[in-house]
Amino acid sequence: MTILALDWGFIIEKLIMIAIIVLASLGIALYTTFGERKVAAILQDRPGPSRAGPFGLLQPLADGLKLIMKEEIIPNAANKWLFILGPGLAMTASLMTCAVIPWGSAVDVFGRHVELQIADVNIGILYVFAVVSMGVYGIMIGGWASNNKFSLMSALRAASQAISYELAMGLALIALLMTTGSLSLKTIVEQQIQGNWWNIVYQPLGFVIFFICALAECNRTPFDLPEAENELNFGYHQEYSSMKLGFYLFAEYINMIMSSAIMASMYFGGYDLPFFNEASVAPNIAALIGVGTLLIKIVLFIFLFMWIRWTIPRFRYDQLMNLGWKTMIPLALFNMLLTGAILLAKL
Amino acid sequence: MSTLEILFFALSAFALVSAIMVLVSKNPIHSVLWLILVFFAISGHYVLLNAQFLAIVNIIVYAGAIMVLFLFVIMLMNVKEDKEPQKKLWVKLVGVVAGGSFLLLLVALVKQTTQIEGKQVLLKDGVIGLIHPLGQVLFNDFVVPFEISSVLFLSAMVGAVIIGKK
Repeated sequence: MTILALDWGFIIEKLIMIAIIVLASLGIALYTTFGERKVAAILQDRPGPSRAGPFGLLQPLADGLKLIMKEEIIPNAANKWLFILGPGLAMTASLMTCAVIPWGSAVDVFGRHVELQIADVNIGILYVFAVVSMGVYGIMIGGWASNNKFSLMSALRAASQAISYELAMGLALIALLMTTGSLSLKTIVEQQIQGNWWNIVYQPLGFVIFFICALAECNRTPFDLPEAENELNFGYHQEYSSMKLGFYLFAEYINMIMSSAIMASMYFGGYDLPFFNEASVAPNIAALIGVGTLLIKIVLFIFLFMWIRWTIPRFRYDQLMNLGWKTMIPLALFNMLLTGAILLAKL
Repeated sequence: MSTLEILFFALSAFALVSAIMVLVSKNPIHSVLWLILVFFAISGHYVLLNAQFLAIVNIIVYAGAIMVLFLFVIMLMNVKEDKEPQKKLWVKLVGVVAGGSFLLLLVALVKQTTQIEGKQVLLKDGVIGLIHPLGQVLFNDFVVPFEISSVLFLSAMVGAVIIGKK
């Protein structure tokens, strides 16, 4: 059979890795919801969820079970197929980002050399952008298919916000790419390990712009206009119930994890533990330390996201657009010009 | 059949079916969504040609940005499928004739092109679509047109900001 002339070991290896990474992201997202409630509680000086299990640790499982068991309602006037497609698309798009993130250096398992990355494509960053722009469809389709004016308004808000901030994000990224000279996330991380400094040293302004745009892309406060309860009732997922609503809420947390991983990889050395020589321990242990380091960086970023959410109130919609178009884009252009000038001067 | 051929035919069938659904769908929103799938199928073909950059830019620009604007407009226009007026028979006939002649023209053009005669597509191992060779070509052979179009795009963006500031 010439059809099946494939390297089956390779395919199985990748499938196992996809399964592990997707399940791990779901697990982390589950506990991120718990973390969010706990952080909110601490910032507001109250105990937070504490009844289910020790320290309330079983709370996310109880929440998940509740969402699954709830009655599922599809409105009569809704477009049924698209109504179901919406949350699925949102979830798929947010999970697909994990394909190009390097989770660690390579490990040797059963004589196979396994890279801890699903696909090291040479356009890694652009792939992330493509997937992020797909995520908008999940929200738009869901909001439209609900056949509710509030949902539609909120979906349009979400889409225009995402498109506006994608522009500044891309411009901030171009400045970074000018210094790294590569689009592959693996190469960018390796450069930071080999070089002396993390990219944040070369691109402080670029990072700030990127971080603000990431907040807007994830629909997090102060940019959570699509979910502004006091103007839009609930947001684009108003008509959703049961696990479909759960998917929308969950997709937001997975987006947070993925954008934290990308920011850590691009600006903060990825799986690089500072002041530690990876060559001094066995490669497998070094890889595990790398994965742990990246996870810690992700958790720190997620905490920052939550800290901002429970500290800063949300913008008005025109303020949001003003910030995006009149502050972020000119700043990003300036940053690009500055980087270009410095690179030229160093030649 | 090799894996590559199976993928090629599967993607082609996918693209054709989606393209036909764009035309057949009564609901304009469905048409736009099918069109997005067409772009995905075409991006799949680019990947088969090992043109990763082209594939991803096709998704970012067409499927990601332009189609979102299409969806925007159609959603805001609130077009309902039952309110759509039926076209007259002769209008449909004229459309068929015009479309058919255009197809004939395209086929004739492709048949006449001597440049592609006897040349084979580089499947799987071509490198021209990868970002490095593409950059070499753009910045060495076509640097002036490339820079001019970049400045054009940049000025459009700056112009949008300036208009917004007024």
